[in-house]
Amino acid sequence: MPYRDGGLDVARYALRATALVYLLFLLVLPIALICWKTFAHGLGPVVESLSSPAALHAFLVTVEVAVFSVIANTVFGVGTAVLLVRHEFPGKRVLNALIDLSVAVSPVVVGLALILVYGRFAPLGGWLSDHGIQVIFSLPGMVLATIFVSIPLVVRAVAPVLQEIGTEQEQAAWTLGARPWQAFLRVTLPAIRWALGYGVVLALARSLGEYGAVAVVSGRLVNQTQTVTLLVEERFGNFDAQTAYAAAFALAVLAVVTLLLIDLLRPEEDAR
Amino acid sequence: MAVTYLSLVVLIPLAAVVWRSAEDGAAGFWAQVRTPQAWSALELTIGVSIVVAVVNLVMGTLIAWVLVRDTFPGKRIVEMLIDLPFALPTIVAGLVLLALYGPASPLGIDLAYARSGVLVALLFVTLPFVVRTVQPVLLELDREMEEAAASLGAGNATVFRRVILPNLLPAMLSGAALAFSRSTSEFGATVLISGNLPFKTQVAAVNIFGQIESDNVTGAAAVSTVLLAVALVVLVSLDALQRWGSRRG
Repeated sequence: MPYRDGGLDVARYALRATALVYLLFLLVLPIALICWKTFAHGLGPVVESLSSPAALHAFLVTVEVAVFSVIANTVFGVGTAVLLVRHEFPGKRVLNALIDLSVAVSPVVVGLALILVYGRFAPLGGWLSDHGIQVIFSLPGMVLATIFVSIPLVVRAVAPVLQEIGTEQEQAAWTLGARPWQAFLRVTLPAIRWALGYGVVLALARSLGEYGAVAVVSGRLVNQTQTVTLLVEERFGNFDAQTAYAAAFALAVLAVVTLLLIDLLRPEEDAR
Repeated sequence: MAVTYLSLVVLIPLAAVVWRSAEDGAAGFWAQVRTPQAWSALELTIGVSIVVAVVNLVMGTLIAWVLVRDTFPGKRIVEMLIDLPFALPTIVAGLVLLALYGPASPLGIDLAYARSGVLVALLFVTLPFVVRTVQPVLLELDREMEEAAASLGAGNATVFRRVILPNLLPAMLSGAALAFSRSTSEFGATVLISGNLPFKTQVAAVNIFGQIESDNVTGAAAVSTVLLAVALVVLVSLDALQRWGSRRG
């Protein structure tokens, strides 16, 4: 503080204490408690409950859904970012607003919206189902729901960097005879790689952790469409707290890994 | 192509919700929204979200201040902890809070199946918003302005109120609006701790979920449409706030 005086130190400590106590009760204690509850009976029950067939299946489903939705969001996220930054077209503001809206919508509403379009009794869903593609209560619907809730993450991570690097280097590549896709792969992509990595990590974390939208769309069928987040809720509801805590702990570990990755990716971005 | 993609995934499904809610005309829509249970869920959602926004406005700014202007051991860890609610799946957040503030609470604080429990869950998931919007502005803030004000005889309170606060206000309000928006839409974190008691702790998202489960799709669509409208209003005000913030430079 530049204008230090006697009373200020007291104020500083008071502020610091308030902030830390708030964080302690809201964040630290709950997280610490879940670790303690998970391992209250040692490591054995944790391993056992996480290696049950239902749990293993849930992890598999979660990874499948996450991989598909992250791939879709990465490809379309970069595409949309390029479109938004490099091109002027009618409806650009609407597109922008739509991207923001997708995070503001309640996950439950997302689920309902997808059911109304892709459910068996909706025109589009009925047509797809006649052609052998079941969307709702199966994997495609869960992937769609997950894509929906994580749409802006890649776009919003990549767009500012695209804006910043401009088009000069790409144009130079073009004049040197590179085709547009060559210029994109060799010039643009390397320039945005950190931002892209940041966006992908965020999207992956969101995909692994989505609960509400997937709960509505999946039908929550154990051993079929149950993801890890759904497993946590179902096990907890069926008084199998050990499995619920163990699965929640696994998800929490993933969250912490995500934070560490983000922390690694962010300084690189700043250093440029 | 990007437009088609967004239409198929976002626009058409959302339009279908609004369309479905208006199936029985405006009167039908209103009747679904005004069913006692749906209405009380909406009232609770809006009310508790306002409280969440206000608490975050104060505590978020305070935490951002401490993170920027104060140094203490372990600050880097605190800095990383702030983002944890964003990274943690919401159902895990719900479970975690129920463990600490539920019937088996080691602290002896039982907020389960009470409105205060809903509030705590929402405060948890919205914690990063105000902190992360205020922090960069505070970092960029020109200290010379404060020193000038102080050298002209302004006390700390005056410097804060007249110099710092006006600069932070757009960011604080943006963060609070984001927290409000997130609170109105939250499902995973509140579903466990609220116990889903109609008229008492049932928030709108949980109400919609219940209506889908019991096959009252039109009712679910009606409440969803109200939530969508709220989300739109917040987005528009955020846009206005950003313009206001950048105009003030």
